[in-house]
Amino acid sequence: MDAVFEQVHGLVAWGLAFANEYEAPALIEAGVFFLFAGLALLFACGVIFFRNVVHSALSLTATFICVACLYLSIGADFMGAVQILVYGGAVAVLIVMAIMLTRRDDMAHSNPSRGLFRHAAAAVVAGLFLLGMSAVAILSPFHSAPQSLGDAAPGLADLMLTHYVLPFEVAAVLLLMAMIGALVLAKGADER
Amino acid sequence: MELWNMIMEHGVVSTAAETLRWFLMLIFGSELIVNIIMKGVGIGAILGLISVAAIVFTYGERKVCAFMQVRIGPNRVGGRYGLLQPIADMLKLMSKEDIIPEGCDRVVWALGPMLLFVPTALIYAFFPFDKGMAFADVNVGIFLMLAISSQSVLPFLISGYASNSKYAFIGGMRTVAQMLSYEAPMVFSLLGVVMLSGSMRMCDIVEAQSQQLWFVLMQPIAFVVFVISATAETNRTPFDLVEDEAEIVAGPFAEYSGMRWALFFLAEYANLLSVSILTTVFFLGGWNGPFLPGVVWFGLKVLAMVFVFMWFRWTFPRTRIDQMLAFSWKVLLPLALANVLFTGLGIYARQWF
Repeated sequence: MDAVFEQVHGLVAWGLAFANEYEAPALIEAGVFFLFAGLALLFACGVIFFRNVVHSALSLTATFICVACLYLSIGADFMGAVQILVYGGAVAVLIVMAIMLTRRDDMAHSNPSRGLFRHAAAAVVAGLFLLGMSAVAILSPFHSAPQSLGDAAPGLADLMLTHYVLPFEVAAVLLLMAMIGALVLAKGADER
Repeated sequence: MELWNMIMEHGVVSTAAETLRWFLMLIFGSELIVNIIMKGVGIGAILGLISVAAIVFTYGERKVCAFMQVRIGPNRVGGRYGLLQPIADMLKLMSKEDIIPEGCDRVVWALGPMLLFVPTALIYAFFPFDKGMAFADVNVGIFLMLAISSQSVLPFLISGYASNSKYAFIGGMRTVAQMLSYEAPMVFSLLGVVMLSGSMRMCDIVEAQSQQLWFVLMQPIAFVVFVISATAETNRTPFDLVEDEAEIVAGPFAEYSGMRWALFFLAEYANLLSVSILTTVFFLGGWNGPFLPGVVWFGLKVLAMVFVFMWFRWTFPRTRIDQMLAFSWKVLLPLALANVLFTGLGIYARQWF
């Protein structure tokens, strides 16, 4: 029995040494990043290319969740949770509901992404955006290694409820005004 | 005797896990490999727990229902107590024909029940079953768990939409209205608990209840609000307007049959178990209790809560959709907010005494 254990231990040690030689931990970390980043891009393409606009909305939800997974994979638990709750939960449901309730005809060809002019315009806009984003990415001084956030929620709460309490409240008032505006638009202003 | 002491100190599940870990260490001799295998064992245990819970709860629900209505309940399959009834149900479901409705949105329709099961099973990773026995004990545990459980709204909506049926679509719309409006009071009722324990980590909340009183005594209003909104979140009577048989056939499930329908059913019972676990963790002291090992106390409290939720189901009549939405926004939410305010005042006042 001991001989069998010896053999297994030897095999495991050899496997681990092999994995270490090729820097498996770093590879796995990069693999996770590229998996979720690739999925996010794939679903983002789906938002544009699906013929049915409901499918586009669901694809957008999947993009949101992939981005949340990226946040979680770099240790930003709180950001990930907020992304899932706000974008994956509330915003996604809102978009899907709005689409389903406002369109009465057949959904099969409801995503208007055809026509040469539109494609050209989209390509120009996307190119400009890519240019701008890469300029920002090159010019801004990023930290080379992500620092551990630790327990981020208490720190955020401290900042938001002491130093940044005024901007926080102003943002809340802004959101409230937007909501009232949406209600007025939906009900019709002339209805007394 | 040594084993008993170890169980009392670390808990049954921890002791079993440590034994398994020691044994695997003997075979593989590498910390990393053993950790990976133990993660796999944990995932398997969670999925097993959900499946067993679904089987036991279908039987339990029928027996509790029969007890409330002065009937006998299942009594044919497997002896005079009908113990094999869930097995018979399962065989029946698996042998049913898989009917795909005409004109449905195929892929989305098939994805619905599968996607519904993902968040339902995922939140089990955050539950502290025993001292130090949470699969993922995250800093922002409660928040992440609530975020993930809110994801179960969309699968209901898309399966209602994709079925290409009026009843299913109305059911999907109702799901959104109901689950979103009951999420608000649920989250605000938990805020009081978080304020008292000073942490969003699940294990810390249970720990805090072993030092202070159970939170059901310190936060009675939050407890009531939480239990009511949890009933609504699981779509059970008196708030089962989503699958209201008398009005909209079976809501989003109307067009599903066989194993696809069984997935909805499994998710419902998994949700029943998870809200019972949440009530236990946040308000009933989790694994705390004298004499018995922690996991036994935990199991007893969870089963008691499951019985309470079943009791609700078979004693209250169904509400109307406008009544229940008004109840959420005009009664439960103000109550939960007032509870947060008074908890804050209480914590502030306590500094001076």
